Amino acid sequence: MRRITAFGRFWWDFVVGDDWLAAAGIAVAIGATAAIAADGVAAWWLLPLATVLVLYVSLRRATAA
Amino acid sequence: MTAGFLVLSAFLASAVEMVEALTIVLASGVARGWRSSLTGVAAAVVVLAAVTAALGPALTVIPIDALRLVVGALLLVFGLQWLRKAILRASGFKALHDEDAIFAEELAGAQTAEHVERAGVDWYGFTLSFKGVLLEGLEVVFIVLTFGSTQGSIPLAALGAAVAVVLVAGIGIAVRAPLARVPENTMKFAVGVMLTTFGIFWATEGAGGHWPGSDASLPVVLVFVIASSAALVGLLRRRHAVLVAA
Repeated sequence: MRRITAFGRFWWDFVVGDDWLAAAGIAVAIGATAAIAADGVAAWWLLPLATVLVLYVSLRRATAA
Repeated sequence: MTAGFLVLSAFLASAVEMVEALTIVLASGVARGWRSSLTGVAAAVVVLAAVTAALGPALTVIPIDALRLVVGALLLVFGLQWLRKAILRASGFKALHDEDAIFAEELAGAQTAEHVERAGVDWYGFTLSFKGVLLEGLEVVFIVLTFGSTQGSIPLAALGAAVAVVLVAGIGIAVRAPLARVPENTMKFAVGVMLTTFGIFWATEGAGGHWPGSDASLPVVLVFVIASSAALVGLLRRRHAVLVAA
């Protein structure tokens, strides 16, 4: 059990890293892109803007600590 | 254009990771003997080759839109990690990576560790090299496989990585010292920018979005990510200067 937990934690740290909120923000932005695109509306602009916003918030959190 | 990005991204990411792995292998070799250190390297390379052989073909059978969505999302999250750390280092909020200091730290740890021999090799030296090469190498494998499979050319991405591995290993053997003069943060910044750019591009396509001008918009996304990151570095530098002055 401990090995499975350690394995899961390794992959979590490997992909998500220090700030899980940034990963969650990106997931929400991709979901919103899919929802907008499904309605036939141009959605290409959303992810670049959301990424910069997520990065900004993540950096603010990191430097506030 | 995208082929160039692909090779360059794989090359830069691999070079950065190999510089870090080289520091650990050198410390292990100097303190615990080259036999155990190089056996650890060889064992890690075998594991990495097995991971690549298992995952590579599996990725190529996934439908391209699903692959781009998953890989794009992963690259974006992964790239933001690199970019975040590089921006924090460039703005002074995080110490720059110092290979000389890391080498000294690893060397001190390796010199004081107990000598335990298993299967004819020093166990500490073996595991230190094995873990170092495996962990740094996994990032290279991840980048090569995700970039390569999404662009439909794993060999091209592997070429970029192979050139970096040969180059870093060659210089490492020649100078027998940590490559402290490699501009690691600049390279990490570049890798973070490229991973984030490809992540944005592919995740948008995978989610059903269409880029104006198709592949031609990739350089525009790249410029946007570079400009935004540079602006964030400037913003944080000013903030750091205010905090230091206070």
